[in-house]
Amino acid sequence: MRLLALCAIPLVTALVVLGAPVFRGRRVPVVLLLVVAGAHLALVTSLWVAPAPPALGGWLAADPLGLTVLTLTSVLFLATAIYIVGYLRQEAARSGRVFAGGLLAFLAAASVVALAHHLAMLWVGMEATTLSVAPLVFLRRDRRSLEATWKYLVVSSVGIALALLGTFFLASAQGEGDLGRPLLLPDLIAHARELHPAWLRAAFLFLLVGFGTKMGLAPMHTWKPDTYGEAPSLVSGLMAGALTSCAFLGVARVSEVVVAAGLGSFAQPVLIAFGLLSLAVAATFVIGQRDVKRLLAYSSVEHMGLLVLGLGLGGIGAYGSMLHLVNNGLAKGWMFLVTGNIALATGAANSGNRGLIRTLPASATLLLLGLFAVTGSPPFGMFLSEFTILRAAFDGGHPWIAATILVALAVIFVGMAALVLGIVFGEPPAPGRDPGAAAVRESWWLVAGPVALAAIVLMLGFYIPGPLRDVLTRAAMALGGTAP
Amino acid sequence: MHDAAQIVLLLVVLSDLAILGTSRLSSCIRGLAAQGFLLGLLPVLIAPQLSVHAVSLAIGTVIVKAIALPWFLAWAIREAAVRREIEPIVGFIASQLLGALAVALAFAIASRLPLAAMQQPLLVPVSLATLIIGFIVLTTRRKALVQVVGYLILENGIYLFGLTQTESVPFLIELGVLLDIFVGVFIMGIVVFHINREFDSLDSTRLTELSD
Repeated sequence: MRLLALCAIPLVTALVVLGAPVFRGRRVPVVLLLVVAGAHLALVTSLWVAPAPPALGGWLAADPLGLTVLTLTSVLFLATAIYIVGYLRQEAARSGRVFAGGLLAFLAAASVVALAHHLAMLWVGMEATTLSVAPLVFLRRDRRSLEATWKYLVVSSVGIALALLGTFFLASAQGEGDLGRPLLLPDLIAHARELHPAWLRAAFLFLLVGFGTKMGLAPMHTWKPDTYGEAPSLVSGLMAGALTSCAFLGVARVSEVVVAAGLGSFAQPVLIAFGLLSLAVAATFVIGQRDVKRLLAYSSVEHMGLLVLGLGLGGIGAYGSMLHLVNNGLAKGWMFLVTGNIALATGAANSGNRGLIRTLPASATLLLLGLFAVTGSPPFGMFLSEFTILRAAFDGGHPWIAATILVALAVIFVGMAALVLGIVFGEPPAPGRDPGAAAVRESWWLVAGPVALAAIVLMLGFYIPGPLRDVLTRAAMALGGTAP
Repeated sequence: MHDAAQIVLLLVVLSDLAILGTSRLSSCIRGLAAQGFLLGLLPVLIAPQLSVHAVSLAIGTVIVKAIALPWFLAWAIREAAVRREIEPIVGFIASQLLGALAVALAFAIASRLPLAAMQQPLLVPVSLATLIIGFIVLTTRRKALVQVVGYLILENGIYLFGLTQTESVPFLIELGVLLDIFVGVFIMGIVVFHINREFDSLDSTRLTELSD
């Protein structure tokens, strides 16, 4: 019942907001958005206290992997919903109805993805996440945002089409015999060793490339910098934090089946190759970036690479990946929301801004701290998860992989620091004139979300609560990993 | 019924090749509509007995792939007042040859696949051929609208492969897939419409402002 409600409440509210002409104003849609975001998180929290039985004949269930992604999405969504109140006050031209409707539809679709145990249903949800945010990317309707939306739609649609083909391959692997109910995850895992190995391998490759496109793994990442760069920051934050996590869940689901079938040794080198390539591409393009959102997009490519690397390395790497998923999602939400504040105040969050520590003290401080968080410096949570993945590389006897990771991380740190430090501390080009500074009000609404997310990422660097550690460990075990 | 399905599948390949060779956008869309109609016939022709599932899938497919989407795309080109594909990256004759190669390749791959005793020997090769031809259209044409057609041909190829699995994919899911594709193309169409207004052309190669 609760599982069904998690998907149905946002969906129904989205339809009401988009469909009912009464909501021309902005107050009602935004209030509804806040209420649904709060109710969603409350329901998700109740799942941690008292697990819910599977619903819809086993199609919806909250296992450790799904629960992790669902909780991450829900937390990010609430932070974004709070942020929107302040955002819409400053961007008076934006339609609250379109924002609230699109975001609620996204929440519904992401909940379906997180809870789906029927892999075709997971596909339908994943495609719906892509489509629900597309209208939000081209909100400005100028040339650049049109180009970004076009690339996003075409590349993601082709990627997700390949994932559909992969899903059908998986059904072929199951054949028409008695290998359980078709495409249901528990049945696939129970009969994994009887699945046709050739079809299963093909299914894995197609699903990895398909959902990898949505994650933004190199070389399928080309849409990412443009889309994150042009979309409103809060939408980019949800995409980089929640949507990519949903896509990773798609890859993780098929990995579960492949591991259960004993084909882990086939999947691992492929995952490692995509991971290393993504790190290399991110390290190459981070250098010389002038726009914070594009910079963060390449940082997202880096972290997606680390996620599949951890999965591919196995052992404690799988646990590292799960922890990294949580850290990366929260940190990306934090950084994009703060970047949004800078864009609101100055027009664009790029290297044209200098010395923001004086004009936007709260946002500049959060941006500076975020730099250390997303580059994996202590004491933030990312340090712990990246360290775990590194250790998995050493434990597995791959010192050269570990070395590659370290070099890439160092280059990315330098590249990101060069831009962010200039924006935070640099000398303004014309002293005494701070453009737009008078109009800047860092309202409570705009700062609360990123501060909350930053606090969680900081806490995860020191202390991982017992229930969370337990769920992450069980998720890692399902992915063929070991407890840390 | 068996022979009818074979003929329909061959007609699907012909519609692929016809779309590859045409320079007029309106014939392109007509080819797509014809292909959508053929795809709508297949669930009924392939099913061992006439079932509610097969008939409703057929009706849903015809409505979305043969009527709604082509009609919407035709509306988009009428509004945008464009008629012809301008000099594609690969010429029309050359791309038809590529298409013929794709068909040969598809049959070669399908003959090596571990297919269970399949009642429709043509289904998988035609599906792969359609998929590859969709890719060719998507990557070699410049007009954003023709790229949407390419994407739809690609989806049609996947749909054909899905027909081998009708027993394992419930109707609700098939409906979801159709709905997703419909909404996806709808949004693409709106973006195409705005690209045209903004750039005075549907030429997606002009979309080059964003790069590193």
